[in-house]
Amino acid sequence: MDDQRPDTSNLSDRAVPLATIGPDCCGSAAGGGDNEPEAVEYISPEGWTIGSIGTPAGEIPQVATRLTGRDRRGHWRVRWSIGRMTFAIRPGLYAVGQPDRTSPVFVTANYKMSFDRLREQLDGRDGWIMVLDTKGINVWCAAGKGTFGTKEIINRIQSTRLSEIISHRRLIVPQLGAPGLQAHVVQQQTGFVVRYGPIRAADLPTYLDNGRKATSDMRMVRFDIGDRLMLAPMELIGYGKFALPAVIVLALLSGFGTGVYSWERVLTHGLRAAVPILGGTLAGSILVPLLLPWLPGRSFSAKGIWAGMLVLLFLASMFFVRSQTAPDWIGLAAVSLMILSIASFIGMNFTGSSTYTSLSGVRREMKRWVPVQAVSGVVGLGFWVAARLV
Amino acid sequence: MIGYRYLSGVTTLALDADKCQGCRRCTEVCPHAVFAVQNRKSRIVDRDACMECGACMLNCESGAITVSAGVGCAAAIIFGALTGGEPTCGGDDSAASCCG
Repeated sequence: MDDQRPDTSNLSDRAVPLATIGPDCCGSAAGGGDNEPEAVEYISPEGWTIGSIGTPAGEIPQVATRLTGRDRRGHWRVRWSIGRMTFAIRPGLYAVGQPDRTSPVFVTANYKMSFDRLREQLDGRDGWIMVLDTKGINVWCAAGKGTFGTKEIINRIQSTRLSEIISHRRLIVPQLGAPGLQAHVVQQQTGFVVRYGPIRAADLPTYLDNGRKATSDMRMVRFDIGDRLMLAPMELIGYGKFALPAVIVLALLSGFGTGVYSWERVLTHGLRAAVPILGGTLAGSILVPLLLPWLPGRSFSAKGIWAGMLVLLFLASMFFVRSQTAPDWIGLAAVSLMILSIASFIGMNFTGSSTYTSLSGVRREMKRWVPVQAVSGVVGLGFWVAARLV
Repeated sequence: MIGYRYLSGVTTLALDADKCQGCRRCTEVCPHAVFAVQNRKSRIVDRDACMECGACMLNCESGAITVSAGVGCAAAIIFGALTGGEPTCGGDDSAASCCG
């Protein structure tokens, strides 16, 4: 079975399990490779488990269906990449409400965000949640990596002794788990029939109330402003780790020039070096996600260029228009080229967080745009150096 | 998907209608409504919406669908090129979008 599945390794980023629509991609598995099974530290069940249910296969923890402030603070910290790098719960079976042998079984990832989005939608219902070991990664990303996959689901059905707990043989699996799963193989090997539920956890109550039928709308992935907004902090923090050292390096380099090394130049020119780097980073990591549908062009690199232009326009209105002195044309060219190059590159990398780009498409985009970004970055840097020496 | 369009004419998706049994799994798993089933045969109705996630191919029991599946992620492609492997997410803990 697994041999048939091409190495679709990763679809990564775009996350959005049955649960989330908060793509926060891949809840960051902190480097856990496939061969390090227990490398992940699990979040304590304290606070979100409220008891247990006795079954022929032992006591099953019962979970709350209302999120607490602590749960929400955890989500917030993950989005801002604060603190722990993993946000995983222990895989296995959990109970919602007072489930019995006929209650539905919902499958999800052990990324706590996915799990929380699911359990809060099951408020007032009875059911079982089977949590797969996805190394703390959300359903969609894990499906792309294959950890939310055929083998894991088959193993988990056995290790939880699910067949002894329930009398039916149906699993409700989030649709976005499908890139990791061969439903017919699961059925052949375990007798369990996989039904793909809606993409978004929020649609689950309607799905359940409508006789487990997903509308075509529920089957379409989205990428709304809220989803994109949630990605922005992670993008900004991720690229900030490169942008700030780059600013410092350029500032220190500013000290060189005609004559001796000058700390005064580090301050004056160094501050100016921060403008193109931070401007380009902001354009690519904040404006591209937020303005994605409205920026012209289909390729993300082009969208990044437009976002960079917006930053340039803003800077122009801030500095140059008011300035009475003649503009420093070389410096201007340096700032412009560097901003556009950085914004385009970071914008291009947002393909990974989006929910609709294909590998073939991104390859084509990169073939066309990476040379443009490289040349404009190098030429921009050259102008920047030249402006220091003139 | 509503409101978004990526590059046209690039997807590697292919459907062999002769092999199709009309089970509808592809319409169930595709997150971009690429397929529609008519008269118990699936057909591709929106090829350019395909993001090559591979869900349809994996879940097609009759093997009628092929696609070179992978992640549409520039950072993963760069990472793959640098390490000499396939484009894959994760692996490093860098800025790059997702998947830490």
